[in-house]
Amino acid sequence: MNCDKCGKKATIHLTEIVDGQKIERHLCEDCAAAEGLTVKAQFPLGKLLEGLLVQSLAEHELGELRCEVCGMTFLEFRKQRLLGCPNDYQVFEQVLVPLLERAHAGGSYHTGKIPLDAAEAEQRQNELLRLRGMLKEAVAREDYERAAELRDRIKELEGS
Amino acid sequence: MNLADLIRRPPQWRRSGGPMSDVVFSSRVRLARNLAGMPFLTRCTETQLSEVAGLLRGALMRLSMGGETLYVDLAATDAVDRQLLVERHLISKQLAETDIPRGVAIAGDETVAVMVNEEDHLRVQVLRGGLRLDACYGEIRRLDEMLEGQLSFAFSSRFGYLTACPTNVGTGLRVSVMMHLPALRLTGKLETALRAARDMHLAVRGLYGEGTEALGDMFQLSNQVTLGRSEEQIVADFRDEVVPVFIDYERQARKALLEHRRMALHDKVHRALAVLRSARLISSEEALQLLSYVRLGLSLEILDGLGVEDINELGLVVQPAHLQKLYDKRMSSAERAEARAALLRQRLGGQGAVD
Repeated sequence: MNCDKCGKKATIHLTEIVDGQKIERHLCEDCAAAEGLTVKAQFPLGKLLEGLLVQSLAEHELGELRCEVCGMTFLEFRKQRLLGCPNDYQVFEQVLVPLLERAHAGGSYHTGKIPLDAAEAEQRQNELLRLRGMLKEAVAREDYERAAELRDRIKELEGS
Repeated sequence: MNLADLIRRPPQWRRSGGPMSDVVFSSRVRLARNLAGMPFLTRCTETQLSEVAGLLRGALMRLSMGGETLYVDLAATDAVDRQLLVERHLISKQLAETDIPRGVAIAGDETVAVMVNEEDHLRVQVLRGGLRLDACYGEIRRLDEMLEGQLSFAFSSRFGYLTACPTNVGTGLRVSVMMHLPALRLTGKLETALRAARDMHLAVRGLYGEGTEALGDMFQLSNQVTLGRSEEQIVADFRDEVVPVFIDYERQARKALLEHRRMALHDKVHRALAVLRSARLISSEEALQLLSYVRLGLSLEILDGLGVEDINELGLVVQPAHLQKLYDKRMSSAERAEARAALLRQRLGGQGAVD
């Protein structure tokens, strides 16, 4: 079905009742947005990300950015638009900062509330992430003794 | 308390109106949080997802929220009940539709709902009727601090609270209002107003959040910036700089309609009520649109003898999952259209209330 206004593929289908007459309308996203009927995502993250490729690093360099903890690569992030673990913010910092500045009206430093135990929590969080990564690998190579050891250490840290 | 108790009656906040409720339907504040030392959801194994859900369920049940807390394990909940929670704004469409271990903790009075394993491990939301952003923020801050007494959240001193999507990082705070803007649409000023909203770094969404239609002239406005400003700044800017502007736009448009298109406006409102009182088949889109005109008519005192709180309640019960719950059976869309029309005639004292 095509858009009533511009003939592009219609994705919004509406039924309106005008003076008792049922009117069906089919619109594409742009024309619907122009009438205020639907609203597009405000910061198309995908577009921001694509734009960034040109201005920051070359594609092959970006391809090599990879988080050791969760295995996320920058290219995967670009595709799915979600990060894999807290450590990604460090690994991808260089490319994330310009993106954050655009999405947050120039802001890239947190100025709000901080957790009561912020410093200690940050350290523990990184250690836990590292241990969980090692645990996953140990399980994958069927080293159950090592896995049990790692599980104990994770439990210990979580409890502290 | 179980889900059946909860859904037997509409939430009180929805009936009670609140400040500026002629235009502002509801206020909502939400926080995104993730557990420290745990991967974000897309990188969690099935075991880790269950672990997160279990841990958070325990922590949430220990929290004191408005009334008794109900935890709903969504993986063990059927589709109509999940849809019902979406219609009540207690969970997102996304959470209703995925199939990972996930859940929601709901306060008995439905002013608090905490989603587990949505896009982040935790999505805390506080809802109130009318314009009550300060009350919402006060409550969410209290909940956040109580949760931090039990859990450790992913945080960096540079980027703040860390979230799966970088658009939420920092405070993780999203402040929003659901606004009823029929006059802006009727006067053709809606797009100008919404464009202004985008220029102010705001997101505009439909009735059910991201990617949903603006049903019944309801629009959700929310902040986009979560990093580089404090929570208090975000709330204050939204409350003082954003919301009053849009309330004013809508009120001016209502005034213009009354002054320049009085008869056309009266006609629209009365016709809407007449159709609601006599239709034999009606879709939820049409019902919501007509209820929107009736709500406008009540607020401009074109109509009387009906309570706006009853109209707000009808806006909820005419929706598909609510209707099926009310009649306690699965219905096709055609069957729903008939049941919906009968319900509206009955509630609005229409002709042939019982056929």
